[in-house]
Amino acid sequence: MSDRVVNAGLQPSVTPVRPPASVVTEQRGVRWLLIAIAIVFLALFLLLPLLTVIVEAFSKGLGAYAAALTEPDAVAALRLTLTVAAIAVPFNLVFGVVAAWAIAKFEFRGKNLLITLIDLPFSVSPVVSGLIYVLVFGTQGLLGPWLIDHNIQIIFAVPGIVLATIFVTFPFVARQLIPLMQEQGTLEEEAALTLGASGWHAFWTVTLPNIRWGLFYSVLLCNARAMGEFGAVSVVSGHIRGLTNTIPLHVEILYNEYNFVASFAVASLLAGLALVTLVIKSVLEWRYSADIAAGARRH
Amino acid sequence: MHAATDRIGASTAIQVADVSKTFDTAAVLHQLSLDVQAGELLALLGPSGSGKTTLLRIIAGLDHPDSGRIIFGGEDATGLPVQQRAVGFVFQHYALFKHLTVADNIAYGLNARERKRRPPKAEIKNRVGNLLDLVKLSGFASRYPSQLSGGQRQRVALARALAVEPRVLLLDEPFGALDAQVRKDLRRWLREIHDRTGQTTIFVTHDQDEALELSDRVAVLDKGRLQQVGTPDEVQEQPVSPTVLKFLGDAVEVSAVARDGGVEVNGRATPVQAPANSGRDLKLYVRPWQIRLTRPDDAHFVAIVQSSYRTQGRQRIEVEGPDRKPFVVESPDSVRFSVGEPVGLEIIGGYPFDAALR
Ligand SMILES: Nc1ncnc2c1ncn2[C@@H]1O[C@H](COP(=O)(O)OP(=O)(O)OP(=O)(O)O)[C@@H](O)[C@H]1O
Ligand SMILES: [Mg+2]
Repeated sequence: MSDRVVNAGLQPSVTPVRPPASVVTEQRGVRWLLIAIAIVFLALFLLLPLLTVIVEAFSKGLGAYAAALTEPDAVAALRLTLTVAAIAVPFNLVFGVVAAWAIAKFEFRGKNLLITLIDLPFSVSPVVSGLIYVLVFGTQGLLGPWLIDHNIQIIFAVPGIVLATIFVTFPFVARQLIPLMQEQGTLEEEAALTLGASGWHAFWTVTLPNIRWGLFYSVLLCNARAMGEFGAVSVVSGHIRGLTNTIPLHVEILYNEYNFVASFAVASLLAGLALVTLVIKSVLEWRYSADIAAGARRH
Repeated sequence: MHAATDRIGASTAIQVADVSKTFDTAAVLHQLSLDVQAGELLALLGPSGSGKTTLLRIIAGLDHPDSGRIIFGGEDATGLPVQQRAVGFVFQHYALFKHLTVADNIAYGLNARERKRRPPKAEIKNRVGNLLDLVKLSGFASRYPSQLSGGQRQRVALARALAVEPRVLLLDEPFGALDAQVRKDLRRWLREIHDRTGQTTIFVTHDQDEALELSDRVAVLDKGRLQQVGTPDEVQEQPVSPTVLKFLGDAVEVSAVARDGGVEVNGRATPVQAPANSGRDLKLYVRPWQIRLTRPDDAHFVAIVQSSYRTQGRQRIEVEGPDRKPFVVESPDSVRFSVGEPVGLEIIGGYPFDAALR
């Protein structure tokens, strides 16, 4: 210290070099405290529940776990969940790409309204989303009489579950792609057209490759939500065992019957899905962050 | 002057006939007509916002005119979709396909063809190789656009456009985003390629030097109107309006009068001829090299020295002229001038226009 003072005195033009001071002025202790709080919080509210699920699921041994998963109602629930996701995800994939395309690349009236509408499912409670379908398609609903006349059942049947799931997972793909496509503009497509490519060819060879990682990412999240959705599906399902129960609903029924092992065993499937989703998501974000986030151009 | 000049007058490759275009409420092109000769290199020159890009996009079919027609080799192409126009478009910001390699970028147009018209794989490969040679990027076939410099990307964009053997090549400020040295190299190189391929080419620029150096003919555009079309010599020697003249280089504006077929400035005759059927009051536009320092007694006007410096054996003197705008005159290095000193200036050339003309 005194050394530096002497030096500074000898060479007044040279200012003593200081270690780069952090812009953030919190002291070490405060920093560690904040980090510790965050970690404890995460452990308590995220990790502990996850562990509980696993521990509970295997508490009666592997046999009980396997039995819970292979029981016919559980298999039916699993099959239904996969079916619903297999319909809802591709539907929202196509819709999302079309909507994002229209919004990002064309100018038209009512564009802002469309953007707002796409957001709607995120802003209403899932229960309300479910109720909307009951009010429209239920026996007392708007189209109820007509549907009964034509012997079509939507509410308390698979179509209702699919519709509710589609509604709830509507925004995932579109919201992810709109900023991405807006940022990319139409220049490359125009180049493709001048080179003789048809619009269709340009879409497959230029537009889609440019959004592929963002698309994959959003489909992943959309799928996780579609398989895990509870609220909206619960309203329209009717909870008919083996017929209209999805995995989340099945978990709840088992739990209400105090069948904890089976309940947690089935729940562990959802937890597993969440973990897999999380891992793939992290890998995507790490590897292709520039392609996923709009605004970060690579050239 | 240029090899391709011989080809001018051969036949009209593209005719732009009375094209108008309005975006929302702003009129961008006003009944614009322009003929492009087969095999020529035409520069579209104009200030920013004058409608150059819009015109180019309309020719390509990326935008549509509100009225007027686009005629390709005698056939009306106004309604023809982009894909069928067979134009090669090189965008200012390259617009390369960033997920494809250089070779795949160049091959894109060939691969996009329907199976019947698509050349066999080996031939595509061969053609890509030739084009890579042409744009001097042979070693770069498997690179991605993000691994190239700006100048290299622009050359890939050009090769990609040439690959489909377009009827016309449209270049929108192809060198706009590059630094001065690369621009110079690419300019010369583009001229070479043009001379070799004889490709009808329109290129947009707002750089006069680029247009005058590179092109067979220059079309000067201002505020959506075509001001003049002619060879670089024509537009420089006989500019049709002060706008064209000012756009092609620095000029000093001096009030003058027509008398007996000549032009007088401040009551003193100049070697300049008065324009036919003009009024008495003229504006004379004088390029820096058309002004000579002289004794105040013989001068057309007197200016005040602002600064002077010497370079390569000449003295460059910045003076403030009659319109209070500074300009530079050159003189041999014998006499020295000091700041604030009045100097006499003699006009030895210039371009007279009726004072009412803009
Ligand atoms: N899609 C569009 N919508 C509205 N106005 C437009 C559109 N495209 C161009 N314009 C307007 O048309 C005018 C001419 O534009 P254009 O791009 O043709 O100019 P330019 O001569 O190419 O200019 P620069 O040298 O800056 O590229 C500008 O005033 C511009 O704002
Ligand atoms: Mg432009």
